[in-house]
Amino acid sequence: MINFNKFYKLFNYISVILVAVSVLLLIFKGLNFGVDFKGGTLIELRATNTQTNVSILRKSFNNMNLGDVNIKKFGNENDYLIKFEKKNIESNAIEIIKNDLVKSIGKTFNFRRVENVGPKVSSELLKSGIIAIALSLAAMLFYIWIRFEWQFSLGAILALFHDVIITLGFFSLLGLEINLSIVAAVLTIVGYSMNDTVVIFDRVRENLRKFSDIKIFDLTNISINETLSRTIITSVTTLLALVSIYLFGGEILRGFSLAMILGVIFGTYSSIFIANPVLVKLRVSQKTILKEEVD
Amino acid sequence: MLYFSKLRITLVTFVTFLFIFIASSNFLETEDNFFGKKINLGLDLQGGSYLLLEIDNKPIEIQKLQNTTTIIRNYLKKKNVFFSDLRIFDKLILFNINEPDVEKVKSLFLDKDSEVNPFYSQYKSHQFDLTIKKNEFQLKFSKYGLVEIRNSSQDQAIEIVRRRVDEVGTNEPNILKRGNNRILVELPGLDDPMRIKSLLGKTANLTFRFITQNGNDTFGEEKLQFEDGINEALVSKRIILSGENLLDAQPQMDNQTNQTVVTFTLDRVGAKRFGKATSTGIGKQLAIVLDGKIVSAPVIRDTIAGGNGQISGDFTFQSATDLALLLRSGALPAPLNIIEERTVGPDLGQDSINAGIIALLIGFLLVIIFMFFKYKVFGLIANITLLVNLFFLIGILTLFEATLTLPGIAGIILTVGMAVDANVLIFERIKEEAKTEKNNIIAFDTGYIKSRTAILDANVTTLIAAIILFFMGSGPIKGFSITLAVGIFTTLFSVYFIARLLTSFYVLRNKEKINLI
Repeated sequence: MINFNKFYKLFNYISVILVAVSVLLLIFKGLNFGVDFKGGTLIELRATNTQTNVSILRKSFNNMNLGDVNIKKFGNENDYLIKFEKKNIESNAIEIIKNDLVKSIGKTFNFRRVENVGPKVSSELLKSGIIAIALSLAAMLFYIWIRFEWQFSLGAILALFHDVIITLGFFSLLGLEINLSIVAAVLTIVGYSMNDTVVIFDRVRENLRKFSDIKIFDLTNISINETLSRTIITSVTTLLALVSIYLFGGEILRGFSLAMILGVIFGTYSSIFIANPVLVKLRVSQKTILKEEVD
Repeated sequence: MLYFSKLRITLVTFVTFLFIFIASSNFLETEDNFFGKKINLGLDLQGGSYLLLEIDNKPIEIQKLQNTTTIIRNYLKKKNVFFSDLRIFDKLILFNINEPDVEKVKSLFLDKDSEVNPFYSQYKSHQFDLTIKKNEFQLKFSKYGLVEIRNSSQDQAIEIVRRRVDEVGTNEPNILKRGNNRILVELPGLDDPMRIKSLLGKTANLTFRFITQNGNDTFGEEKLQFEDGINEALVSKRIILSGENLLDAQPQMDNQTNQTVVTFTLDRVGAKRFGKATSTGIGKQLAIVLDGKIVSAPVIRDTIAGGNGQISGDFTFQSATDLALLLRSGALPAPLNIIEERTVGPDLGQDSINAGIIALLIGFLLVIIFMFFKYKVFGLIANITLLVNLFFLIGILTLFEATLTLPGIAGIILTVGMAVDANVLIFERIKEEAKTEKNNIIAFDTGYIKSRTAILDANVTTLIAAIILFFMGSGPIKGFSITLAVGIFTTLFSVYFIARLLTSFYVLRNKEKINLI
C-alpha cells in the first residue's frame, strides 16, 4: 500500500502553483487561436519542387498584400502551412493567390487544404466552444450531485477545473494552436477525468459504508490503493492509444492528441490528489452518506 | 452472473457474426453489398468543399419597405384618408394623419384581416409593429415580420443554389438550411470550388432596359457601368424584360462574328413584351443589365417577335456557359456571401485515412499486447472483446450510414484505449474478491455485481461529454462525438455479453483452479 495521503499537502501546493501559473499565462500570454476562432485563412501547401523553402514562400506571399502572413513547415518535408488574418477577403482570393504563386515560383505546388473563416463565424464558433465546455462542466456537476453527495461533487468539479486550466496553460506556454479539435479534446478530457474520479469516489462511498471507525483521511488512501491498479491500467491503455494517434495519426490530429495526453495525465493525477483531499477538507464521514440515504 | 441460457448464447453469437459481416461489407469492393449500406466518409477524408453562405437580406428588407410604402399610399387614397409626409426613414415607414382619423387608420393596420399589414396567425404577430406618436404613424418590421422575410428568401435562395450546383454536376452535393439566413453547401470530391464559388457569388439579376440620352425618362433613370468598368451609360429604370421571363439560355458560337454569345428563349409574356418594345424602339439602344452592370447595349435594328434573342458581350466560351447557366437557374432573391469555406484536396484526404488506419492498428496492437501480458487468459478475453467491439462500432456506424471524419477515427482509437476500462474494473474487482472468497464462481459473480455502479458512472460521464459535443460541435467534431458515443454503448454490450460469456466458459471449466485470475 502506498501512502498517497502523506503527499496530499505537497501536491496540493504544487497544483495551486501550476493552476496559478496557468491562469497567469492565460491572462498575460493568452492562447494562440487558430483560424476557427480568430477568423482568417489557412492554406496547406505541398511543394513538388524540393528547392522551395519557407523564405521563398514568404517572399512570394509578402508581395500579395495579405497583411501579416505566417508560414511554417507542416509535418512532411515539403508541406507548408500558411496563415493570414486578413478579414473579408474576396470570394476569388484563393484563385488570385494561386495565380500569383504560379507567377513567382511556377507550377510547383498544390493546395492540399484551404480553410477560410469569416469574422462572424469565428466569433460564433468561439462562443459555442466556450458554451460547450461550460455546459459539460455543469452537466458533470449535476450528474455527480445526483449520484453522490455535494461534497463529492465539489471535489470532482475542482479536479476538472484543475485539469482543464492546466492543459490550456500548457497550450499557452508552448504557443500551440487552439482550434475546434482542441475544444473536442478538452471536452473529452472533462469526460475522462470525471470517469477516473468517479471510480475512486465510488469506492470511497462503499468503504464509508463498510468502516465507521476509519477517518476519511485514511479511508481515501485505502480507496485509492484498492482502485490503483485499475487507474494505472486504464491510463496506460488510453495513453497507448493516444500516443499512437500522436505519432502516426498525421499532422492534423497532433494538437488534439497532445491535449488529450496532457488531459489524461492530469486527469489521473487530479483524481487522486485533488478530488480526495477535498473530501478530507470537507470532513466527509459515514454520516454524510447515511444522512443522504435516510432522506 | 455467470449463467447463460442456450438461447442467449445463440443470440449473442448470431449478433456478433452479423455485425462482423456488416462491418466487413465496408471493405468489399462491390457496389451492392447485402445491406447496401456503407459508412460515409466526411469531407476531410474523401476530399471536398464545405461552403457556408449567408444571405444578405438588407436589400430585400429595403425593397419590401418600398413596396409597402406604395401599397399604403394607394390603400389610403382608396379609403379616402388624408395623409401627408409618407416616407421611409431608418428602416421605418412614417406618415402623418389628421388627428380625428387616428383611431380609424389604426384599426386599418391592426385588424387581423388588415390588407396592408398582414397578420401571421402561426406567430400571432403582424408583419409590422405600429407606434403612434400623436398623429404620426411609425411602422417597423416586427420580429416575425423579419423572420418571415428571412424564411422566404432562404427558401428561394436554397432552391436557386441547388439548381446552380446541380447544373455544374458535382456528385451528391449536400445543400442544407442553417438557421434562417444561411445555407450550407457540401461538395464531396470537389478540390477546387472556384467555379461554384463564383457561380454562387452572383445574384444573376438580369434586366433589359432602354438607354436614355436626354435624361427625362418618366420612370427615372440611373447611371450604370459597363462590365469593362470604364464606360458608363444612363439607363431607364423601366424594366422591359427580366430574367423571370426566360425559359432557356444556352451558349453558342455566332457564325457571322465568330464570337461566343448566349442565346435565350422567352416565355409567352416575355416574347410579347420584347416584340412590342423592339418594334417601338427601333434605333434605340437596349441595355442588357446583369447585377447592376451593363453586359452589352446593342442597337435595335428590327422587331424581334419570335421570343428568341441573343446576348453578345466580351465572353469566353466558359463565361458564356456560366452566364447561360445562371440565367437558366434564375436569380437569387438576395446576394449571398461565403462566410466559411473549408476545402480538402483528395490526396490529403487519402493521407488522413492512411494515417488514421495506421494509428488505429498500432494503437490496437499496443493495447492488446499490454492487456495480454497483464491478464494472460483474461487479457485474451478482453482482447477478443475489444476486437468484437470494433466490429460492433464500425457495424453500427455502417447501419446508420454515419459520416466518418478524421476526428471520428481518433474517436475510434480512443474507444480502443478506453474500452478495456470496463473489463479492467471487473477483473480487478474479481481479484479483490478472490482474496477472501475461495469459491471461484462466487468470486466472479460478486466481482461482476460490485463493479457495476462504477462502470455505469464512468461511462455516463463520457457519454455526457459526447452528447454535448454532438450538439455544440460542427462537421468533423460531430463525427468524433458520434464514434465516442456509439463506442460507449458497443463497449458496454461487448463487455457484458461477449466478455462475460467467454469468462463464464473459462471459469466454469476451471472452477477448482486457485489463483484463477
